[in-house]
Amino acid sequence: MMSNPILDTFFEETEELLEALAEGLAAMQGGNHDAETLNSVFRAVHSIKGGAGAFKMTELVGFAHHFETVMDAVRSNALALNPAIMHTLTRSADFLSNLVEAARSGDSISQDVTAGFLAALQQCFGEKEIESVGAWDNFEFAAITLDLGGPLVEVAVETIASKGFMIVFRPHAALYSNGHEPALLFAALSDLGTMSAQLDQKLLAEWEDFDPQDTRLSWTIELQTEESETHVMEVFEFVHGICDLSIIPMTFAVPVSPVAQPVVAGAVSVPTPGLFTDAARSPTGKAAAPVPMKVAETKPAEKSDETAASKGPKPTLRVDLDRVDRLINTVGELIINQAMIAQRFADMTETTDDDLVIHIENYRLLARDIQEGVMAIRAQPVKSLFQRMSRIVREAADATGKNAELVTVGEGTEVDKTVVERLADPLTHMVRNSVDHGLETPEGRIAAGKPATGIIRLSASHRSGSVFITVKDDGAGLNRPKILGIAKKKGLIAQDADPSDTEIDNLLFLPGFSTADTISNLSGRGVGLDVVRNSVAALGGRVSITSVPGQGTEFTITLPLTLAVMDGMVVTVAGDTLVVPVTSIIETIRPLPGDLHRIGTDDMLLSIRGRMIPVIDVARSLGFVSKSDRSVAPLLLLVESETLGECALVVDAVQDQRQVVIKSLESNFGTVPGVSAATVLGDGRIALILDPEAIAANRMAPQFTNANLNPNHGRSAHANL
Amino acid sequence: MQTSSEPLKSTVEFVTFSAGDQSFSLEITQVREIRRWSPVTALPHAPVEVLGVMNLRGSVIPIYDLAARFGLGSTKENPRNVIVVAMHGNQTVGLLVEAVSEILSVSREKIQNTPDIRSDMARQSIIGVIPIEDGMTRVIDLGAVLHPNGRSLS
Repeated sequence: MMSNPILDTFFEETEELLEALAEGLAAMQGGNHDAETLNSVFRAVHSIKGGAGAFKMTELVGFAHHFETVMDAVRSNALALNPAIMHTLTRSADFLSNLVEAARSGDSISQDVTAGFLAALQQCFGEKEIESVGAWDNFEFAAITLDLGGPLVEVAVETIASKGFMIVFRPHAALYSNGHEPALLFAALSDLGTMSAQLDQKLLAEWEDFDPQDTRLSWTIELQTEESETHVMEVFEFVHGICDLSIIPMTFAVPVSPVAQPVVAGAVSVPTPGLFTDAARSPTGKAAAPVPMKVAETKPAEKSDETAASKGPKPTLRVDLDRVDRLINTVGELIINQAMIAQRFADMTETTDDDLVIHIENYRLLARDIQEGVMAIRAQPVKSLFQRMSRIVREAADATGKNAELVTVGEGTEVDKTVVERLADPLTHMVRNSVDHGLETPEGRIAAGKPATGIIRLSASHRSGSVFITVKDDGAGLNRPKILGIAKKKGLIAQDADPSDTEIDNLLFLPGFSTADTISNLSGRGVGLDVVRNSVAALGGRVSITSVPGQGTEFTITLPLTLAVMDGMVVTVAGDTLVVPVTSIIETIRPLPGDLHRIGTDDMLLSIRGRMIPVIDVARSLGFVSKSDRSVAPLLLLVESETLGECALVVDAVQDQRQVVIKSLESNFGTVPGVSAATVLGDGRIALILDPEAIAANRMAPQFTNANLNPNHGRSAHANL
Repeated sequence: MQTSSEPLKSTVEFVTFSAGDQSFSLEITQVREIRRWSPVTALPHAPVEVLGVMNLRGSVIPIYDLAARFGLGSTKENPRNVIVVAMHGNQTVGLLVEAVSEILSVSREKIQNTPDIRSDMARQSIIGVIPIEDGMTRVIDLGAVLHPNGRSLS
């Protein structure tokens, strides 16, 4: 089942539709109730239903149908939107995506749950009845039957006067022989507004003289739309010259009956080939029969409507990810090749060929341009990620009895596709945390003079080569004395420690830390933030935290712009060339002998600007035999690590600072402690990319001896300088 | 991987090479190329048989010292040393051997199961032996060589 490519496509498209649905609902929640928004929501649900029907996913179809019914009522103004209905709609959208997920994984969702959501949808109509799920258990994907008579149905019309056009359309034989289809044109027209078509079969010959090649049908179309005549003309662009067409602007003063009626009714008595009319009537009739409500029509014409209506923002191309990755690899090669040539050229000291210098410089620039362009292919806006979070906020708020609202900023910020995928879990954790731990209860908020509804603000931005994603709540802020108390109780920190506020905040990231008084279903198992930090670190990023008592807490995830290239400082350690990410380096220091202080047997502290910072010998922690001359004062890279705060890494020399292409070690070998990846240097040799975080963390866990570690004890590195 | 060639074909081709003065072989379908030795970048905290990583047209591939892997001591530096680049699933690895001997075409029946021997390491990583003119060659289970702790795919 899983290998069915059509099914895969369905799920892929459903994914997009669910996104569109969430987006539309968010717009509605934001007060945007225009027809386009409501239609987009309706269309998304409807398309999911249609697709699911094709695969006989009865549960999904049944639920989507009810959802659609409510949406249809909303968009035709039969149902006024109120917060309760809005809530039901958003929760239903969440449930719909659950159902899709269940269909994808082959799981089943409890009938009770489904029934609960169905009941909620039903409540939207108050006393009115909607038909039972049973009626839709055997929903079948209704193929669109299109024939000369066009099973076009009048669409429910709003009760306001509106502008529009009267269109008389009579196709020539050439229109049909060129493969055009009036029904599709009508579908395109109905995209523009509310339309009704009247078939004129007066010219139709008697059955005896019937010539199927001859065209005698014409239609009179009434189109209510705000669109200009040019837009209407555009619909007929491709049939220009092969039909008689007249478009007359007009105003519709009187609304048509709200009950959708098949317009083809008149055509039945006509001696057209029975084959056609019967086929035409059946889907319409079938859909109309079991629906007691005036708004619940499934209009066959809209089937094609939706496919034509994909008014995406920009034309896009769907490309196999493998191809993109292959291209990215090749471009990586190009960059390495360019670096090699540049290096060889630089080594040829006696060259005085100015042209060559220029060419080589141009080559470098071109290579970088290509690289940036290729990287941009993988870039995706964080929008889809952020949209998922609104659901998390809702669920978390429901579960904790808090009122929370998600505000997103910078949804268009683009990050690497992998980042979008791998950030979902950590971000979910953080958003849940913010609702659960960050926000106060409504009563608590009111008591503090804040609005009852808390705001979770999710924002993304690009700044100086990094992507910043922040999760901010306007809650009470961190309770630092409590955090400190817990950390001491759990032995995460020495009893007599007197950490700074930042240090206290960072205690939250320690494994096994949990502040919630009661362990809730959502968070509070103490696995949250250290997992978050690890997943972000795996992406080459960092998490930081700031908090203002009474005003809230803000988590910031800093990520590199791309996962494939980074700025690295090329250093020598024990004769080997290593690369240290520039983002993690604060400064390089060549300390005076008096700045280094031995502590314990093996450890060393660096005194810098009045503070003492641990010194880590990189060669030692990587297990390399140090070949450097220890009589010379070492070169230190001051790096910021999450676990240890600032620390100084001992290296022998700094060679260069350059962009390096990140090559995975995992695909062909596996993870290497202290090393995040590798890169290829200008001479074709491989240099390992150091993971300062892991190097720092490594020294915190000395050979599993001490279970009650604290950041100020238990160093394992040997700064035997 | 071993059975990936068509079972109907009665003959199988092997690349044979020597490591630690013993003859080993690998099914030819697993061998991608044979390269000259070039310096590798050592990996920290790696097992003794992992010499380091090498750049193979932009991919980072680990180089295993086959002799060291079978407990036959480290391969001595020699200009004749070559690297057999082999594929195991999606993994590309290089095996440092003393020299490549020949390509052997044998019928399936000639491949004998590894007799019950005492060395665990050898038994797990060798799937069969083929008698050849001057003794025999040992058919390597590449998966077992790369993942000695039973995480092998084969």
